[in-house]
Amino acid sequence: MSDSTAIAHGADSGAHHEHPPYQRHHFETIAQQNDATNFAMWLFLLTEIMFFGGLFTAYLIYRNWYYPAFVEASHQLQIFWGTANTAVLITSSFTMAMGVWSAEMRKKGALVLCLVLTFVLGLVFLGIKTIEYKEKWEKHHVPGLNFSVQSFVNPQSDPEVYNEYHDKPLSLDMARHTELYFFLYFAMTGMHALHMIIGIAILGFMIFRAQAGAYTTGHVTFVENFGLYWHFVDIIWIYLFPLLYLISRHQ
Amino acid sequence: MSDTIVVLPDQTTARIPKMNYLSKEKGILSWLLTGDHKRIAMLYLVSISFFFFIGGSLAGLIRLELLTPQSDLMATDTYNKVFSMHGIIMIFFFLVPSVPATIGNFLMPMMIGAKDLALPKINLLSWYLYMAAGMLALYTMMAGGVDTGWTFTTPLSTHYVNTHVLTTGMAVFIAGFSSIFTGLNFIVTIHKMRCPGMTWFRLPLFVWSNYAASILMVLGTPVLAIAIVLVALERTIGIGIFDPTKGGDPLLFQHLFWFYSHPAVYIMILPGMGVVSEVISTFSRKRVFGYTAVAFSSVAIAVFGFFVWAHHMFIMGISNYAMLIFSLLTMLVAVPSAIKIFNWAFTLYKGSITFETPMLYAFGFMGLFTIGGLTGVFLGASGTDIHLTETYFIVAHFHFVMVGGMLMAFLAGLHFWWPKMTGRMYPEKISQLAAVVTFIGFNFTFFPQFILGTLGMPRRYASYPPEFQVLNVFSTAGASILGVGYLLPVLYLVWSLKYGEIAGDNPWQATGLEWQVQSPPLTENFPEIPIMDHEAYDYDWLERQKEKEVASVG
Amino acid sequence: MIDPHDLPEQHDREHHIVSPRIYLTIVLALLVLTATTVGASYIDLGVLNPIIALAIAAFKMMLVVLFFMHVKYSTKLTKLTVGAGLFTFLVLIGMTLSDYFTRAWGRW
Repeated sequence: MSDSTAIAHGADSGAHHEHPPYQRHHFETIAQQNDATNFAMWLFLLTEIMFFGGLFTAYLIYRNWYYPAFVEASHQLQIFWGTANTAVLITSSFTMAMGVWSAEMRKKGALVLCLVLTFVLGLVFLGIKTIEYKEKWEKHHVPGLNFSVQSFVNPQSDPEVYNEYHDKPLSLDMARHTELYFFLYFAMTGMHALHMIIGIAILGFMIFRAQAGAYTTGHVTFVENFGLYWHFVDIIWIYLFPLLYLISRHQ
Repeated sequence: MSDTIVVLPDQTTARIPKMNYLSKEKGILSWLLTGDHKRIAMLYLVSISFFFFIGGSLAGLIRLELLTPQSDLMATDTYNKVFSMHGIIMIFFFLVPSVPATIGNFLMPMMIGAKDLALPKINLLSWYLYMAAGMLALYTMMAGGVDTGWTFTTPLSTHYVNTHVLTTGMAVFIAGFSSIFTGLNFIVTIHKMRCPGMTWFRLPLFVWSNYAASILMVLGTPVLAIAIVLVALERTIGIGIFDPTKGGDPLLFQHLFWFYSHPAVYIMILPGMGVVSEVISTFSRKRVFGYTAVAFSSVAIAVFGFFVWAHHMFIMGISNYAMLIFSLLTMLVAVPSAIKIFNWAFTLYKGSITFETPMLYAFGFMGLFTIGGLTGVFLGASGTDIHLTETYFIVAHFHFVMVGGMLMAFLAGLHFWWPKMTGRMYPEKISQLAAVVTFIGFNFTFFPQFILGTLGMPRRYASYPPEFQVLNVFSTAGASILGVGYLLPVLYLVWSLKYGEIAGDNPWQATGLEWQVQSPPLTENFPEIPIMDHEAYDYDWLERQKEKEVASVG
Repeated sequence: MIDPHDLPEQHDREHHIVSPRIYLTIVLALLVLTATTVGASYIDLGVLNPIIALAIAAFKMMLVVLFFMHVKYSTKLTKLTVGAGLFTFLVLIGMTLSDYFTRAWGRW
């Protein structure tokens, strides 16, 4: 083994390694570049887990302290929309994964179709969330802005929900804590929706680029790494759904 | 036996290499749009020095106020703002980025044999985020600042003050992302861009330390981000999450805040410890004793650092059982730090020690960090903490580790790698003087504060009982000496840029890939990616290199 | 001089392409599990309700992570990274809750 650290001129210092145009010069091979960017995306997702972690911590504490308030407040969310949204997001994860597969198989048409489907499903999700948020606003369940404990102090004033769950009236003290539930609902689904919006915007950009053939010539890392982001957003919802909607639906 | 290891090229014929990262491109845009990790490091160096002096001036104001027992220099509200801004600027805008973003950015890719960091654009973005955050913090300070302390404790920050909590919070939020991106970049680079032959256990210990700090940055900082967002929502909309009247718990904020802020202190100190490993090895001409132990202790500090945060909350209302658990775990986290001190001591033993400036700072670190760390163990015992918390004992403790420790390490690193970064040597005698002045000034400033704390003087108070005045005057006198000690390097380092001796590739005869290339380095660091075929701190290899050079020239 | 392209580290990330059949199986499983978790919330199982809900959510997460995000076919580093993230997340929640759950236990 030679002692020298080949820093000085190697025998073939004149020869340049062939590399694709999209390989950055500080990487030695395209495989190294792909590895590095993939790993970087995973690390970014770690920061996202920890960011949401604070909200999940708050949720677990307050659900434990104010369980009756959380149960009754969660009845204000409609299972129909929640389940629909879960199905929409899971399906969009599927279409995204199929998009990555299409890129890997260099099928441009399939890729564009999958990205468009993911994009549309994402919009459907946001649309349903808008319907839900609007309903919350109309029923005065937006914390800090127009919150009213009427539905919880006197459940019979809200026939839709009362006929299904027959909730008992909460004491004023416990009823006030439903505001915390709704705060967590809006914070967690709102933060989630913000991530969806950013994802959908990037999807829009990707659809244009995919149509131009950018991802079906062997350079799939952008699609792959975005797929990781999209699946992560799906995973957050997979937890939000039971925690917010399914606290207790039996009565 | 010479009393210095410095070997400089013949000054009459030596020149700065014509082609280097500084001369490659000219013009302001080549700096503002650079992807070169070395230029970004220099941008950071100038920026953090700027913020250091602002934070330092605020410290000067604090010490001036505390010369007298009454709150006579400024209103108590103003005093609250001064120490809050001092903490925020020093922690978020100086200490956290200090070694990683300047020395780490510059040297780490070279130490692993890479041409740049993995994500150069993200690196530049990191600096822009830092500058945006810094400008916002400065604006907020001039608009009136915050007076909650750097800890933003609820419900004070959410319900009881009218100061600029939101804008300062936003500045810290943005600075947090700057930190996250730096850490993310470092982790990817160290995993994926080591040159052939550079196994994990051949890496310089500086790289291990920055790696551990980067893990903390990536995993811890987002929790600070969400804590700030929640404070903002509580202040603006009144959601109730920290509001007892709505069923919220103010302590939840503290859990989230300290979940980051305790690992943050390790983010601050670990890179400094990495510097000390390099400096002690070079100036004792000896490999670091117990390389594996030192490497693993960095990772251990990072991991354990996540388990101890509630020791900042012993008196805040956590349960007794939580106090027990966190107190016990705090005892454990001190062990890896102690391991490093022992290993450095054993490195020195039977080494060929010389006392150049970086080594003086490293010695200062070893002594002062030991004191600071030990007092941390006293505070980790919940029984003692109850009496000493929120007193000047705490202030002294963290200044010993952060200023006596981290800042000295930063100065050690700055002087050690100055020749590599600029191609010039700093003037040795005045720099040694500055190091000694700093050490003396530091002890005069902060040692009395330990005594003040045990005597019962509370922290964050503009006025105090008259019996504490003598020690406070001592402390302020020390601070003025300390100020001189910190001003001198600015002056002579800038002077050295034009008039310093030409350093050559390896003035310290150090091992490490960064010393095997020209000073200042080329933009791409290495013309060809090197191949690492020897262990770290292999001074025998260095000898053989020199022999070969002499043999081939002769 | 060794050509960096020939070194083993450059080839360790195999590019395993997951088949659409697997994706289809997974998405159907996820939808079935969603229906299950909704159904389970209508039945009174006492303290098991939240446990089952979280267990189903965790299982769904594992399916997405392993198959949609390709972690099953990824390097040890990727798996370690995912593990580190989950671990730190659990430390945040678990140790914070250790304070809240033990407050009611009183002094000693």
